[in-house]
Amino acid sequence: MKTVQFREALREAMSEEMRRDENVFLLGEEVAEYNGAYKVSQGMLDEFGAKRVIDTPIAELGFTGIAVGASMNGLRPIVEFMTWNFAILAADQIINSAAKMLQMSGGQYHCPIVFRGGNGTAGQLAATHSQSFEAFYAHVPGLKVITPSNPADAKGLLKAAIRDEDPVVFLESEKMYGDKGEIPEGEYIIPIGVADIKRKGKDVTIITFGKIIKVAHEAAAVLEKEGISCEIIDLRTIRPIDYPAVVESIKKTNRCVVLEESWPLASISSEIAYHVQRYAFDYLDAPVMRVTQTDTPFAFSPTLIDEALPNVERLVKAVKATLYRN
Amino acid sequence: MTAKSAPKPRKTTVKSTSKSTLKFPKETYVKWYKDMLLMRKFEEKAGQLYIQQKFGGFCHLYIGQEAVVAGTVSGSRPTDFHMTAYRDHAHPIGLGTDPRVLMAELYGRSTGCSKGKGGSMHFFDKSRNFMGGHGIVGAQIAMGAGVGFAEKYKGTDNVAFVSMGDGAVRQGALHETFNMAMVWKLPVVFIIENNNYAMGTSVERTTNVQDLSKIGASYEMPAQSVNGMSPEAVHEAIEMAATRARKGEGPTLLDIRTYRYKGHSMSDPQKYRTKEEVAEYQAQDPIEHCLNVIKENKFLSEKEIKEIQDWVNQEVAESVEFAENSPYPEAHELYEDVYKTEGYPFIVEY
Ligand SMILES: Cc1ncc(C[n+]2csc(CCOP(=O)(O)OP(=O)(O)O)c2C)c(N)n1
Ligand SMILES: [Mg+2]
Repeated sequence: MKTVQFREALREAMSEEMRRDENVFLLGEEVAEYNGAYKVSQGMLDEFGAKRVIDTPIAELGFTGIAVGASMNGLRPIVEFMTWNFAILAADQIINSAAKMLQMSGGQYHCPIVFRGGNGTAGQLAATHSQSFEAFYAHVPGLKVITPSNPADAKGLLKAAIRDEDPVVFLESEKMYGDKGEIPEGEYIIPIGVADIKRKGKDVTIITFGKIIKVAHEAAAVLEKEGISCEIIDLRTIRPIDYPAVVESIKKTNRCVVLEESWPLASISSEIAYHVQRYAFDYLDAPVMRVTQTDTPFAFSPTLIDEALPNVERLVKAVKATLYRN
Repeated sequence: MTAKSAPKPRKTTVKSTSKSTLKFPKETYVKWYKDMLLMRKFEEKAGQLYIQQKFGGFCHLYIGQEAVVAGTVSGSRPTDFHMTAYRDHAHPIGLGTDPRVLMAELYGRSTGCSKGKGGSMHFFDKSRNFMGGHGIVGAQIAMGAGVGFAEKYKGTDNVAFVSMGDGAVRQGALHETFNMAMVWKLPVVFIIENNNYAMGTSVERTTNVQDLSKIGASYEMPAQSVNGMSPEAVHEAIEMAATRARKGEGPTLLDIRTYRYKGHSMSDPQKYRTKEEVAEYQAQDPIEHCLNVIKENKFLSEKEIKEIQDWVNQEVAESVEFAENSPYPEAHELYEDVYKTEGYPFIVEY
């Protein structure tokens, strides 16, 4: 094992895949000469040259469309969005083109393409720069959606995404790029669609994904001191969701709390709650609870951020509610 | 990479600054000087405070570009409208917003111009027709045209001034907007605050057409390049464009060549340009220029100049004090200003 930053894990995944397959290339704003707005692609221009590490103008719709077209014609683009908030301008090409191509063409054309970049809140960046897109993109059949929570998962899943024949939405976080973690030395791939139990427990299952998992770990530590044992399931892939892993855990704990960084309506937590009541109804000893961001646009002021984001206190309270304790 | 030098701004139209050849009166120079000095000092202070972590978020400074706002404000009317991107501190200052509420916004306080909800990138002041402060690059291009659309619809002769960076012009919506603005002859002035860089990317690296004033050509939109280090040149171009818009002749594109002395934001190592390039523009500083004109023509005495400088420093100091003594928004304010509907049923679980 070796210790690397999240951004290095992503860079290793891209670089290894680019060495392996010359049809893989990276494009996006500031990815080449500036070495990436968040330094994910640092040094890649030097290694792969301007043909394969390409700076674009600020033209998300256009460069995404170009990448989708290239993917229909034999290439395997990695599109970096400076953050996913800006990919809203490119959503037409992701949702209307890439996601639909295989089906609309009756199986003749497909889009092996990865769309990746920072997702979710990242401090005081206010409403337009703080959104999470798991639920938006998970809604769309034809896409796969991945949200890693640590460097090891990030590398293995990004490699899987690049090799995948379908369009993959890969959601990172500006706030995680500097996080350090251990990753295996040699090459490895983590299959898309497989959840991971990040902490074993027997009393309550906490289902979560992405950087907010840190809150789950902290809450689990607090609860352990009170004799409550939490199992933490990291979904890692949001589409397809590893429903069997969720149900198996609940069969054991009989209690479920979903922790999600984004908004409550039409969310991943509502989807999980539906599935659990439908397929694990007889195993539940309490209603499924959830902790999400408040149902409001993300505001600038630190006091409003504190109010908006899920935190340890709220999660502890939700877990205890499933145990009828307070 | 080697930094390539920026397109040179045209030589200032005011070759001699002696009274006989000046096109603008004393009052204009004094106002430009005072306003631009306030913008400069406000932002210098904001930059320091940011480094001291007095507030968070992004902080994009307008330092070096002040003449663009100064000339735009003096060349327009108080009933006109203004909209810009996230590099938005100078615009409301030029339009007369109290710097106290702007500093309070940087600090995320409820007394801020956007109640602490928008921060640095989202200044708004309805009382000055300042319609933001927009963080998504290029979003304001179409919206600004829409503001002009509404004025035309209502039958006024007001104009919408929409500012965008040289990077923002690469957004596709610009073309859709330019086309409609020309077809419908909207009273809009599209201002490119062309500081030659979009973060670390120079204009040169993102376009085949170095002269950005040509972007409107396929719509036959009247366009012009302007020396953005000169408030005089900006004022004249703005006035001409506004006159055309007021007469119902439609939009104009102004490629205003300016320069930011500081990095893109506070975390920019600026490896894409040389120190010499920055110095070249600092030598044409618009605030220095106005001060020189004022001195050479004896528009103000040394004492009066000092009074302006003291007033500016005082305003900035009081802005910081005001911000630091203001309260943060309370938790319930998160649910306010989301819908106009009273009692909207938010999902509230905790
Ligand atoms: C749609 C979108 N894409 C990317 C960004 C990230 N971004 C913020 S500022 C910027 C550069 C813009 O440069 P320019 O338009 O020249 O304005 P300047 O900063 O020079 O004033 C970029 C890429 C964004 N905010 N919105
Ligand atoms: Mg620029």
